[in-house]
Amino acid sequence: MKTLEELHTIRQEKRKELELRINTKADTREKHILVCHGTGCTSSKSPEILENFKRILKEKKIEKVRVIKTGCFGLCAKGPIVIIRPEDTFYAMVTPEDCEEIIQTHIVEGNKVERLLCKDIDGTIVNRLEELNFYKKQKRIALKNCGVINPEEIDEYIAFDGYTALEKCLTTLTPEEVIAIITKSGLRGRGGAGFPTGKKWELTKASEGKEKYVVCNADEGDPGAFMDRSILEGDPHSVIEAMAIAGFCIGANKGYIYVRAEYPIAVKRLEIAIKQAREYGILGKNIGGTGFTFDVEIRLGAGAFVCGEETALLESIEGRRGQPRVKPPYPAQSGLWGKPTLINNVETYSNIAQIILKGADWYSSIGTKNSKGTKVFALGGNVNNIGLVEVPMGTTLREIVYDIGGGIPNGREFKAAQTGGPSGGCIPKEHLDTPIDYESLKEIGSMMGSGGLIVMDDTKCMVSLAKFYLEFTVSESCGKCTPCRIGTKRMLEILEKLCNAEGSELDIYKLEKLAVNIQKASICGLGQSAPNPVISTLKYFREEFREHATNKECRALECKAMSKITIHEEKCKGCGLCQRHCPVNAIEGEAREKRTINQDKCIKCGTCLTSCPFKAIG
Amino acid sequence: MNENLNQDNCKWKQEKKFLENLFQIYLPQKDNLIQMLNEIQEHYGYIPMEVQKELSNFLKIPMAEIYGVITFYSRFSLEPQGKYKISVCLGTACFVKGSQKIMDRLTERLKIEPGQTTKDGLFTIDQTRCVGACGLAPVFTVNGEVYGKATVQKLDEVLDELMAN
Repeated sequence: MKTLEELHTIRQEKRKELELRINTKADTREKHILVCHGTGCTSSKSPEILENFKRILKEKKIEKVRVIKTGCFGLCAKGPIVIIRPEDTFYAMVTPEDCEEIIQTHIVEGNKVERLLCKDIDGTIVNRLEELNFYKKQKRIALKNCGVINPEEIDEYIAFDGYTALEKCLTTLTPEEVIAIITKSGLRGRGGAGFPTGKKWELTKASEGKEKYVVCNADEGDPGAFMDRSILEGDPHSVIEAMAIAGFCIGANKGYIYVRAEYPIAVKRLEIAIKQAREYGILGKNIGGTGFTFDVEIRLGAGAFVCGEETALLESIEGRRGQPRVKPPYPAQSGLWGKPTLINNVETYSNIAQIILKGADWYSSIGTKNSKGTKVFALGGNVNNIGLVEVPMGTTLREIVYDIGGGIPNGREFKAAQTGGPSGGCIPKEHLDTPIDYESLKEIGSMMGSGGLIVMDDTKCMVSLAKFYLEFTVSESCGKCTPCRIGTKRMLEILEKLCNAEGSELDIYKLEKLAVNIQKASICGLGQSAPNPVISTLKYFREEFREHATNKECRALECKAMSKITIHEEKCKGCGLCQRHCPVNAIEGEAREKRTINQDKCIKCGTCLTSCPFKAIG
Repeated sequence: MNENLNQDNCKWKQEKKFLENLFQIYLPQKDNLIQMLNEIQEHYGYIPMEVQKELSNFLKIPMAEIYGVITFYSRFSLEPQGKYKISVCLGTACFVKGSQKIMDRLTERLKIEPGQTTKDGLFTIDQTRCVGACGLAPVFTVNGEVYGKATVQKLDEVLDELMAN
């Protein structure tokens, strides 16, 4: 249990110690080796790298060098990432075997390990993190601490103004004043729908009830999205602090974080963070001697996409099947156990503390007229710089894909980007210059969604993409209401017909009709938005649907029933690379002669397509 | 024979201990059901009928309702899992990079569908939605260990190795 004064002392002392993390000119003889411990880098052995560094430093008896595990740096495509501060040297794709050389060359001799320095897309060697094009257009607010602090040490969070916003609220502001700041900042829900956060807080505060709850929605179900997970892994305290502030505002003493059990690292770091916050008296009774009581509990989800819908999430916390409730009443009036409940998304919470500290005007100066602040996107798919990006609202898709994402790999063309996951839609080439904010995305038939942004090149078939999303929706439909349960299944069947070369023009008509009915008649947001991927692909790629239906053609060569992979005789040089790569020995021909594909054996995996240096296969 | 019996006895005692321990950590409140099922799934790899009965008694929730919850959430399983659980990520990022082909190859080679276990109890195929390693897409995991930038070939190699063991 710490008093407010003790927290101040920790902040001051720790801040001095950690100055080198954010200041390249910090006056220090220490060095910090930061090793990314997000899920991506952890999967490629970053814990082993950390251990190796520690062992080697110990063996060589090197002092004044610390090895620190951090959250995600963002550029997952280059993982595992190691950054050495204060000089800010960026080493990419480090292996456990490289540690020895890094210590010897960089730490002992003071030179850089050239071969491990990160290269930008154009091949230039990047010495410092901020020189990378990937970071130039980004603005980090929600991800401020990710990659800077060790998420498993509360002192490091405190050092960078952690828990000062909570202290400010509890000691100098009234709940009404705090809500007024949030409202004025223009912050909107980052879960996808974009409801004004201040308004939500106000409504929950106004609801009568002795007991109220604060809930954090960390059930990030959109496949291919990992923003919330990265925030929880890199900066769990920011969420806890914001939840406590929310509790103070609406009059709640208890919070729940509903997080996917599939995120073991995030869950573990949250557990550690909650434990440390309790030890410091930041959670619990009479926080910092102010009389305010608040505590947080973790609830694990068990793999149901629908639980990301707020009322289904509440059902799941109560221990039942996660089926949505009919609204109204909204959770603000009757939520968890029938009590007024405030539900916000992880990213929404992670903005709160900084809005309180830096002011509503600062926040609302970033972004567009109706969408303020920044948005975190998980950039993935056919793009060079796969990773986590945070950009001011209003940044265009072109900037994200080309300037930050580094464009499309293998010399391919951009075909579409998908935002909003199974509830969102596709954005085609002609809308690349659309500024990203809630309204603009809605206008072109997509949605902000929680932040998944998948880029597709011209080898992707849009009909099969629509089918992919419908498969997802069908398997995740909770079954409560008929339009979603049966309607999406029928839509999927039609899409399967189209992809199997058994469809007709009439099927496209049926698809559209079903889509409209499901949108209108489903109970919850997920059902209502389930047809979106189909509607938006039909809107922009109708021609491709027609080709599937009438000509039985798939221009992307993705639909197996229609595609036949052949080797163009005139281009084949007989190198045999395709033959060596083919997993089923379907390619025939003697050495240095032109090859052919045995269609009976071919499984259309496409391995030969990518292995051919002469582009002779198609 | 005797030794086997002893071992079985010993194992059952341990299992009993796991449940007793679980019933001590959690209060008999209905909202603890999913938390407890998560721990049971983690421990056994599935949710055995016997344990469902004990749970039903402890939480005072009818068996039918527990069954309803188990079958609703994809993380819970009613059947034992294979020795090697191979999960192919079918999140969008991996899908765009061709994970469906890996899944197709896996079902073709093991001759089972996602969610099923081979008769010899060696392999279970599972489809996951995003394991979070989108930078390594497409990925599959074997008992939690991630294989990134996967190809049909790589999968074949891994399968051959596992089968040889």
